[in-house]
Amino acid sequence: MSLTLIVLLPFIGAVLPAIMIRAGRNACATATGSVTLLALILLMAKAPAVIAGEVFQVSYNWLPELGLNVTFFLDGLGLLFATLILGIGLLIIIYARFYLSKDDPMGRFYVFLLLFQGAMVGIVLSDNILLLLIFWELTSLSSFLLIGYWKHLPAGRQGARMALAVTGAGGLAMIAGMLILGDIVGSYDLTVILQNADLIQASPMYLPALILILLGCFTKSAQFPFHFWLPHAMAAPTPVSAYLHSATMVKAGIFLMARMWPVLSGTPEWFYIVATAGLVTMVLGAWIAIFKHDLKGLLAFSTVSHLGLVTMLLGFGTPMAAVAGVFHIINHATFKAALFMTAGIIDHETGTRDIRRFGGLLNLMPIAGTIGIITAASMAGVIPFNGFISKEMMLEEAWHTMWLDQNWVLPLLATVGALFSVAYSFRFIFHVWLGKPRDENLPHHPHDPPFGMWAPPALLTILVVLIGLFPATIAGPLVAATAGAVTGGELPEYHLSLWHGLTPALGMSVIALIGGSLLLMRHGGLMSATANLSRPDAKAMFDCGIAKAVAVSRLVSDNLHNGSLQRYLAIMVIGAIGIGLSGFYAKPDFQSGTRELLEVSPPAAIGWLLLMVTCVASVFLHHNRLLTLLLVGVVGLIVSLGFIYLSAPDLALTQISVEVVTVILMLLALNILPKETPKESLPGRKMRDGIVSIAAGLGVGGAIWAIMTRDLPNSISSYHLANSKIEGGGTNVVNVILVDFRGFDTFGEIIVLGIAALSIFALVETVTKGDAARRLADWVVERRRSPNRHPMMMVVATRVMLPLSLMVGVYIFLRGHNEPGGGFIAGLVVSVALIMQYMASGFGWAQNRMKVNYHGMIGLGVIAAAITGASAWVAGLPFLTSGFTHVHLPIVGEFELASAMGFDLGVFLTVVGAVMLALAKLSQIERMAEHVDINAEPMDHDPSAPVATPEKEA
Amino acid sequence: MEFLVASSIGLLTTCGTYLLLRGRTFPAVIGLALLSYAVNVFLFAMGRLTINMPPILRDGVTEYTDPLPQALVLTAIVISFGMTALIVVLAIRAYLEIGNDHVDGRPVGEPSEAGDKN
Repeated sequence: MSLTLIVLLPFIGAVLPAIMIRAGRNACATATGSVTLLALILLMAKAPAVIAGEVFQVSYNWLPELGLNVTFFLDGLGLLFATLILGIGLLIIIYARFYLSKDDPMGRFYVFLLLFQGAMVGIVLSDNILLLLIFWELTSLSSFLLIGYWKHLPAGRQGARMALAVTGAGGLAMIAGMLILGDIVGSYDLTVILQNADLIQASPMYLPALILILLGCFTKSAQFPFHFWLPHAMAAPTPVSAYLHSATMVKAGIFLMARMWPVLSGTPEWFYIVATAGLVTMVLGAWIAIFKHDLKGLLAFSTVSHLGLVTMLLGFGTPMAAVAGVFHIINHATFKAALFMTAGIIDHETGTRDIRRFGGLLNLMPIAGTIGIITAASMAGVIPFNGFISKEMMLEEAWHTMWLDQNWVLPLLATVGALFSVAYSFRFIFHVWLGKPRDENLPHHPHDPPFGMWAPPALLTILVVLIGLFPATIAGPLVAATAGAVTGGELPEYHLSLWHGLTPALGMSVIALIGGSLLLMRHGGLMSATANLSRPDAKAMFDCGIAKAVAVSRLVSDNLHNGSLQRYLAIMVIGAIGIGLSGFYAKPDFQSGTRELLEVSPPAAIGWLLLMVTCVASVFLHHNRLLTLLLVGVVGLIVSLGFIYLSAPDLALTQISVEVVTVILMLLALNILPKETPKESLPGRKMRDGIVSIAAGLGVGGAIWAIMTRDLPNSISSYHLANSKIEGGGTNVVNVILVDFRGFDTFGEIIVLGIAALSIFALVETVTKGDAARRLADWVVERRRSPNRHPMMMVVATRVMLPLSLMVGVYIFLRGHNEPGGGFIAGLVVSVALIMQYMASGFGWAQNRMKVNYHGMIGLGVIAAAITGASAWVAGLPFLTSGFTHVHLPIVGEFELASAMGFDLGVFLTVVGAVMLALAKLSQIERMAEHVDINAEPMDHDPSAPVATPEKEA
Repeated sequence: MEFLVASSIGLLTTCGTYLLLRGRTFPAVIGLALLSYAVNVFLFAMGRLTINMPPILRDGVTEYTDPLPQALVLTAIVISFGMTALIVVLAIRAYLEIGNDHVDGRPVGEPSEAGDKN
């Protein structure tokens, strides 16, 4: 349980800084720090047991069908990384409190930092590779936010985008690799995968999986040729660089290689890909670092180089190399985080990061200087600091390893890498801290920073020294536990200590130190000698690549997606016809069924004829929009009649009331839209559309003909018929299906209806701005209007009818469960009754008397339905289980009360609300266009009103 | 009777599709309405056609038409009204925003494919 809590704490805690920033910057930093501290304490409580060899595991089912479960486990490797992430995280939080200026939104910074921290801890503790991938992607996203934290700086934004593009692309490749791996083993659990090394390495998919997973690792850990994003990510605030780019995120790739080491390593493929990439990265990164004038740039390339070193060690594939790699991970995290923080201090105190302007800073900033010099010496591999020991071990391993059967390649290049490393580390020491000041006009006068800023790196520096002096005591157990977890087996005999006697590694180390110092002495000459060499600019290449990709995508989308709805619809219809045809040709035996057909009665034939004529007419006369609308109304009427004739009274009632509302809606729309459709289609287009339409009609008609002429076997409908009365308590089976058997569908449908109405509201509410508002203001009423807008006859008639039609609505609603009717139909009937009032007496007058909030009505309806459904929970039954009872009232007699009634009420309210809101909003546009005020009086001429001033009228 | 229904569905589909493929909003909306009729009746007819057998339970009656497609179509009718209303308002809004009711992707103010000839 506490294992899950370690992962979840940073995520849960991520809300704290956002809240606590209101209480001030100290409160914010304290809250953030305590979250991390708590997680660290929980972790440390488990540390002794883990070092003793225990493995903690915890597991919850998430999507077991997909093999995706929330499972965490903590072994030595996880412990090492989690400690680094949380421990250095805590130091960074303290450091950032003093580093960030007053203008930086600190709350946001800590939120991002904690999200990142949680994602990182998730990676290193995941026992399920799918879960690991989720956290992996989360680190890419949260690091994007962190790198781009200073969003006002273009370099920050571009660096963040590049980092996201590179690591995100690698992450995609890794997903594929992990899926292959899971497929080979048949499980996505890491602990299971780790035990199937033989199975995986024997699989033909081993190489693809390896390459894909390594792509993810190399991009994340900035290995050649993907190293270029890391220096650009240095545009981030220094705490981010120190945290992400020294201790944690860039080590995620290393972590995964170490995690997968037992199953993936030991093959020639692994050796040549991983060791070679690591070697090249180590040498190249160190070489570039020598020439960087930007303090953080130097450190960035040095990080690239050191990551290459660890990668190379993992690539060797021997247990001893793994021990060296693990040890160097610890050492690098300590000295590099401290160095980044020191660089941040220099930047903060002097206002610049240009090495060429520094010199002699040690006198001005003695504390920061001491920290910087010790850690840089450790980075160079100077005795007696921790960097020396792991570098020695690396050289020792390189000495023993053959590359393409050559025994000189690795020792030579490893020495060269170490030599360059010495050169840039000494440059950091001599050009920054020692010597004479080179620029007296630094932006600020440098002095030591506040305690909170130098304490975190100082703590790390103490570790650097202590691990150097007493490696076996301080780091020994952790290294052993971690290396044991990496190799998954027995470790060779080794001894962590400063002095191993006169070994080849010592010789290589001495060469590197002397060579590096000589190189630095000739630095000026080296700079000018290489100044004119053309170097590939990774950023330009990256930008060019992105630009090309955008151009290609644009070409494709512009051609496919030209904005013509006609084209999309045509493609869709033709596609559907194509699918139908392919099915037809796969088994071309279209035959009519043998079901007995119904007789054609004369009224049916007349209706059919009418439908045919109006349909065809609506196509040929569609340029006259009003006429088309009337024709479609006729079609709707015939469809309603057809429903009655074919035993569907509920459908007929629904269709006819929807028809009324739709025609009113369309008439309102047509008032604004043009009344004519211009004849603009070319004959070819008409021909094409005609052929497509006829094909579609033949397909649909043929399909339904084939269906209707066959019997329906094994329908589930008989269940509904049999249980409607017994279980649903109603005799109108259609209504019982709607509110009971398939109530969840109906619930979803009324929500959709409500959303549609609210979307209409949103579309109309915003019409008062921009071009639309201008066009409405300039609107000219084209047609002559009736001088009597609200005729007295109609006003009086609708008012008399209102109670009657409302009564009909209530009646239809109440009887719906047993006879044709129900919430949908009643809602439509009541809506029509209300709309009549609006039409007759005018919007303003009617609205003043309605005093109903239609939004609220939609919400109320959905809530009523939801409460009815949820009330079944009280009885311990599933959502929307209905109950009913028979109630006996005097006078009324015995009747049935079903809980489905409450649900139907919800349907009713939603329908009324949605219809009224849609029409009311539409009429609002009309009023704006017609430039008429809202009427206060129901009639233009009210005979009952007191005769005011007849003289005036005359 | 089955033939009448099948041919009606086919013709409604044809007319609906043709109007849907026009380059203006209003015919497209009308086409969509016709297509909705076609689809609703199609779904309804999936339960096979019967006369005088409404799915209202009565004592002594054992034969009823299939109620399930009816229930599905009932909500479909109401939902298609909601969608039609949304599209109509969308069409009006688009017309007010850009000053024409084209949906054929031509930039504002450019003549149609045939130069607006009749």
